[in-house]
Amino acid sequence: MSALNIKKGSTKHSAYNLRPTFSDVQETHTLAVLVDNEPGVLARVIGLFSGRGYNIDSLTVAEVDHEGHTSRITIVTTGTPQVIEQIKAQLGRIVPVHEVHDLTVEGGSVERELALIKVEGAGDKRVEALRLADIFRAQVVDSTLESFVFQITGTPEKVDAFVDLMRPLGLLEVARTGVAALSRGM
Amino acid sequence: MTRQMTGAKMVVQALKDQGVDTVFGYPGGAVLPIYDEIFQQNGIRHYLVRHEQGAVHAAEGYARATGKPGVVLVTSGPGATNAVTGLTDALMDSIPLVVLTGQVPTFMIGSDAFQEADTVGITRPCTKHNWLVKDTDRLSGIIHEAFHVATSGRPGPVLVDIPKDVQFASGAYTEKTKVKVSHYQPQVKGDMETITQLVEAIETAERPVFYTGGGVINSGPGASQLLRELVEATGFPITSTLMGLGAYPASGKNWLGMLGMHGLYEANMSMHGCDLMINIGARFDDRITGRLDAFSPKSKKAHIDIDPSSINKVIKTDMPIIGDVGHVLEDVLKVWKARGRKVNREGLSKWWARIEEWRKVDCLKYKPSGQAIRPQYALDRLEALTKGRDRYICTEVGQHQMWAAQYLGFEDPNRWMTSGGLGTMGYGFPASIGVQVAHPDALVINVAGEASWLMNMQEMGTAVQYRLPVKQFILNNERLGMVRQWQELLHGERYSQSWSEALPDFVKLAEAFGAKGILCTDPADLDDAIMEMLDHDGPVIFDCLVEKHENCFPMIPSGEPHNKMLLGEASTKDAIGTKGAVMV
Repeated sequence: MSALNIKKGSTKHSAYNLRPTFSDVQETHTLAVLVDNEPGVLARVIGLFSGRGYNIDSLTVAEVDHEGHTSRITIVTTGTPQVIEQIKAQLGRIVPVHEVHDLTVEGGSVERELALIKVEGAGDKRVEALRLADIFRAQVVDSTLESFVFQITGTPEKVDAFVDLMRPLGLLEVARTGVAALSRGM
Repeated sequence: MTRQMTGAKMVVQALKDQGVDTVFGYPGGAVLPIYDEIFQQNGIRHYLVRHEQGAVHAAEGYARATGKPGVVLVTSGPGATNAVTGLTDALMDSIPLVVLTGQVPTFMIGSDAFQEADTVGITRPCTKHNWLVKDTDRLSGIIHEAFHVATSGRPGPVLVDIPKDVQFASGAYTEKTKVKVSHYQPQVKGDMETITQLVEAIETAERPVFYTGGGVINSGPGASQLLRELVEATGFPITSTLMGLGAYPASGKNWLGMLGMHGLYEANMSMHGCDLMINIGARFDDRITGRLDAFSPKSKKAHIDIDPSSINKVIKTDMPIIGDVGHVLEDVLKVWKARGRKVNREGLSKWWARIEEWRKVDCLKYKPSGQAIRPQYALDRLEALTKGRDRYICTEVGQHQMWAAQYLGFEDPNRWMTSGGLGTMGYGFPASIGVQVAHPDALVINVAGEASWLMNMQEMGTAVQYRLPVKQFILNNERLGMVRQWQELLHGERYSQSWSEALPDFVKLAEAFGAKGILCTDPADLDDAIMEMLDHDGPVIFDCLVEKHENCFPMIPSGEPHNKMLLGEASTKDAIGTKGAVMV
């Protein structure tokens, strides 16, 4: 939001000339949006994204303060820097939105996702699936003689990697929560 | 001790506590309890419109002409859906409205009940905020909050959807003063560091221009006063968007006229050639900027706006100042005065000399015709014959709207009601009704085209019922003039569906409603006819038959920058490239 930090007198051109158009580099940002948990609040946020043509890569939402009725919405979105700024400003305009944090620019964040992964198989494939699960620290939360349900937590990349490995071993179904994120440090 | 009352009574009580004395609306099954309460009191006057869209536009006109929020009461289902256009219009133009809709009882919501619609769902993207009230105890608090949201920060429309059982049930009334302080408190004071940067830029700029918008009007009369003071003291030229007309007087010596697609040559050339652009309460709308990569290429840009999302939305800003126009201008003046009221006199006088050259082009000149009334002439005469009167002008949307903005002079804020952002044909007539309700003794004129005017002509009933002497000044070219103009410039003169056939006899139409109609076809009769309209103490439909194929100039063709204006018929050939043609 702030102006370009060009020292007064250091250039004769306006900043407009230095950056003639907005950058078209696509960036992925994780936003944490604290909202009043009232009916329709999620529809407002999603409606903003669809109505203005922004992307949602992942979205998680749950009430985090049961007494204050506030929910935390974590949105991973992709766009040019200007679009990301617009998204934040537009989110800030929604009346029940209290705070918008761009975790990607605010000093980094811890991002985790939980996935449940159902794999069918017998014999060697079944053993291999178990072995890989062990390496990924995935837990078995359901088991039959022909299938497992693994629970895995980690970054989206780790979940992706595990899912890719399970595919040839008999992947049946995947359920993912989307990213939950908190900024690092205080 | 809290007062217990029914939800319906609460609505009326809350409106009164908010200082509301005027409501525009239309009854129906789901709001009957509220209408029953309105019947049993005198503090709030209800104006019965003829269509819910008319109610919302009337409330918009009322709001724009008073600075107070407009209030609308309509029923569920079709009542609410008919209000959608007005809500969107108010959202685009930042007009504060509180719209109350009835809803089917809570236990029937979701059952596809008679006249049920998902009103909060439908109106979510076209309101600033909306509420479905499911508990009578919360109703009055929500209405108070609704007024707060509608009028704080960047104003806009809000909607409160009230199920019928909530209206019947009793609950505790929350006094206005006891309402929990909303966390919604937009920032009004601008950042002093950036304000100082702006003042430094003001001190040294060689070719500055003020570019002002509707935000100045919305900030209140005080903001217009501060703007005038700043413009006079610096001697900078000033132009304005359609929405900002009247903030600085058209008779002021620094006035360049409106800018943008149909703006004045001197205004657009100044925007293109300036080295400091000070945007005050405008939003770099596409009607203003033209081609973005060639928009004012050599300027530093300051942008004062209360809405953070307006900053850097389309144009990169060097000095973004988030805050209320009035507050920021006050600080700008304070800092500028404290630093010795400096401007670059030498640069400024050269700049004005260039502007004078552009002014000599006289881009609004036209040749009056002896046979047909040219629309520009009609507005020139209307201006001359109403100048100095307590005058409010509304418009519909199209060529006549642009001509009105070009040829009429606005001396004060809140005197000009037009649909800028959404471009809603059918806005002007109901808006004029709202303005006249707010200012019963003022002269209220709706400059209209015949096609726009027909879109909400049913409101003649409202005008006549409440004896509102609104003057409907229809520039009748029997065409959808702006559509026709674009078809001429862009689509090989194939005038697809852009003529008005089977038009009514407007004089008879007026008489059928019990109003006065005037037909004028000859330029020689025009002055007398206008005087007859002005002298009539009642609503008038003035059918002014004008030149049918007049085009609206000057014009920046789509996809072109400010310095590529078309000034008249001769310059139009192949003016719009294929890239420009896809833009509206």
